[in-house]
Amino acid sequence: MKKNKILLLFAHPSKHRSEVNAPMFDYAQTLEYVTAVDLYAQYPTYQINIDKEQQRLNSHDVVIFQFPFYWYSTPSILKEWQDLVLEYGYAYGHEGNALNGKLFICAISAGGKEEAYRTKGYNHFSVRELLQPLEQTADITGMLYLPPFALFSSRSALSDGSLAQHIQRWKLLLENLHHDKIDANSVSSLITINELLDLSSSGESQI
Amino acid sequence: MTIYFIQAFVYLLAAVIAVPLAKKFGLGSVLGYLIAGVVIGPVTGIVGQEAVTIQHFAEFGVVMMLFLVGLELQPQMLWQMRNRLIGLGGLQVIVTALLISTIAYFFEQPLSVALAIGLVLSLSSTAIVLQTFSEKGLTKTEGGKNAFSVLLMQDIAVIPMLAFIPILAMPELIALAENGKQAVESHEQLSLVAGLPTWAVALAILASISGLIVLGHYLSRPLFHYVAQSGLREIFVATALLIVIGIAALMSLVGLSPALGTFLAGVVLANSEFRHELESNIEPFKGLLLGLFFITVGAGIDFEILSSQLSLVIILTLTVIIVKASVLWALAVTFKINNSDRWLFALSLAQAGEFGFVLLSFTVQNHVIPNNVAQILQLVVALSMFLTPALFIFFEKVIMPRYQTPLSSKAFDIIDEQGKVIIAGGGRFGQVVNRLLVANGIKTVVMDLDASQVENLRTIKIKTFFGDATRPELLHTAGIEDAKSLVIAIDDRESTKALVHYVKHTYPHVNVITRAFDRGHNYELKNAGADTIVNETYHSALEVGANAMTSLGYHPFLVEQKKHAFIKTEQQASQRLYEQWKLRSEGEQYDHDYRKLFMQIEEAIKDAMQSDRIDKHSLDERGWTPPPKGYENDFD
Repeated sequence: MKKNKILLLFAHPSKHRSEVNAPMFDYAQTLEYVTAVDLYAQYPTYQINIDKEQQRLNSHDVVIFQFPFYWYSTPSILKEWQDLVLEYGYAYGHEGNALNGKLFICAISAGGKEEAYRTKGYNHFSVRELLQPLEQTADITGMLYLPPFALFSSRSALSDGSLAQHIQRWKLLLENLHHDKIDANSVSSLITINELLDLSSSGESQI
Repeated sequence: MTIYFIQAFVYLLAAVIAVPLAKKFGLGSVLGYLIAGVVIGPVTGIVGQEAVTIQHFAEFGVVMMLFLVGLELQPQMLWQMRNRLIGLGGLQVIVTALLISTIAYFFEQPLSVALAIGLVLSLSSTAIVLQTFSEKGLTKTEGGKNAFSVLLMQDIAVIPMLAFIPILAMPELIALAENGKQAVESHEQLSLVAGLPTWAVALAILASISGLIVLGHYLSRPLFHYVAQSGLREIFVATALLIVIGIAALMSLVGLSPALGTFLAGVVLANSEFRHELESNIEPFKGLLLGLFFITVGAGIDFEILSSQLSLVIILTLTVIIVKASVLWALAVTFKINNSDRWLFALSLAQAGEFGFVLLSFTVQNHVIPNNVAQILQLVVALSMFLTPALFIFFEKVIMPRYQTPLSSKAFDIIDEQGKVIIAGGGRFGQVVNRLLVANGIKTVVMDLDASQVENLRTIKIKTFFGDATRPELLHTAGIEDAKSLVIAIDDRESTKALVHYVKHTYPHVNVITRAFDRGHNYELKNAGADTIVNETYHSALEVGANAMTSLGYHPFLVEQKKHAFIKTEQQASQRLYEQWKLRSEGEQYDHDYRKLFMQIEEAIKDAMQSDRIDKHSLDERGWTPPPKGYENDFD
């Protein structure tokens, strides 16, 4: 069985206030098969080391962007990271195939309720739709895109108990990614990957 | 003269041999001193009667210790302690004294003698307990803090006791004394207030205490400034001693406990910028005198009485320890001191103390307790003090393991607590560092060698201490042991280097952040082990350079990128330069290679800067470069 190595790129501009992402990140740090990078801590002045980042990408099989959903997109350092690291000739373009075949997934927390991220809701689009720029980025760089792992109503997750459940799912997700148990094709129609994890946690078996 | 040398030699030798041995076997230094005393006193008989005289002198160590304790206690902290001080401490003294008096009365002692015995034995040993706490790192525990409040209250309680004891005087004993058969040494006390009416005594006491506070507050600063200007260390030591001894003298003259007086003076000076300097100067005297005191306690054990009344002394000592520990235990339950802290509290204070000796000789002088009873009590006090280290060992080996879990979680809390930063040098550089940290609520200790600079900083409410940060003992009193980081911003190349070296060697856990004057200094500091080195003018010079570029019309964001490219290229080269420099400093290949390398690096920087001008995508020049022209056809 193939064992995947996971690169977790975490972007949260105020980690000290984080209730959802910080515990998720802290847990991931304890796993030997996850390289957990706090981008804001590593590059507080945004001076991203392109060589180092590309080498890190090269030595992993799964890339996770973990971030709070800000204005329907990533926090700015993660955009800066894409702008600088996904270079022509490396990630795309002529001979730019370094990322081919890697799995890519976003793990996001959103303040709005799930109902808001529907055609009839006030956000009009699903998170899957709103993340399309990243989906296309994955596509053009030859990565296999997985639907996002999302937590909605994140501001109340701590008090209403949904955070604990979310962390359980997060553990399951990392474990399944590590054991290469997720097939990108079979999940491609899902809006979020949460549905799959909920099924498997009751069913136990292979996804 | 010769005899003094020989005596001093004997005492020092005993301490030098016994104390390290005792520490090695985990007994603590106090027991080491006591054993040393026993060996040179009753066992071998090398020292004799003079031990008592020396003891009076060595009691001054206790006075110094309370001065140092006071220095650590700011008035606000004392106020916060008031409940524990009066409630816990007051009850301990009263209940213990009453219980022991009752027992003594039961043993057919007259009421007045019983009361005096109760008072004498209600006190515990500040010297042993505080010394052991700090040696074993128990000072900050709940049990330790509560025990400290009780000790402080006891020291205060000595004053009313000294006033009360003469009232208990027994007519028969006075008559005995008047017959000239008084065998006890009794020197006439020098006193300003002797023979005055009570109200005048009270007034004198009030005047000296308020005088002490007012003078301490207003006069100490100009005095220290005056002394600091001389730049002579020994004069500062002399000043520190002058203050402590002067206060002790004043307090004795008006009939107050010198220990209490110096404690108050310490509290008054706790906020002073000269606090650390004072502490580091008094500390060695205190340590030696206390050691001497313990030796004399050991030497003072009278084996003749001990062997003839052995069982009585042992039973009395055990009774005292059990009674005191029980009272403390009950108080701990009432005041909700829990788990291992309750044990620590009850066991640590179960002995009688050095003030017991003081009070005993006072009661004998005042004809309250007959001499033969006093001699036995003296043995009881000494023996109970002697047993205290054993109780601490019992606490460590038997009690602590039982409460391991709550203790280890406590240790975790301490780690979680935000660390402290010591800033050496409060000049232009250190000030900015301090402002940033303090604005973020981080605890800092700023030290500066220049007394007028310290004064200036204090006027703008920057808490600064006078002192030379390169002196180990000052770093120690500033709390380097539990500091997280040390920032060095002093204006002297060599001292900076020496300080880095010393701190990294002695306290490897402390993160040393230092300022370098130039590249060479930077490498020297790197060699000395500094964790982070920042060249003092580098970043501001780059900022100025960047501004100059912007003024020429370069886009500000481009300038920012260039600046970072410059820093990065230079950092990459820095390791090579460092190695070259090391060769050079070892005397090989003087200047030439280094200069050549420096020129190469300048070239490399220039290349890095120029590469973007070429209108093509370059892998050397990174960051926000668009894909090459015509790349859209790649996807066809």
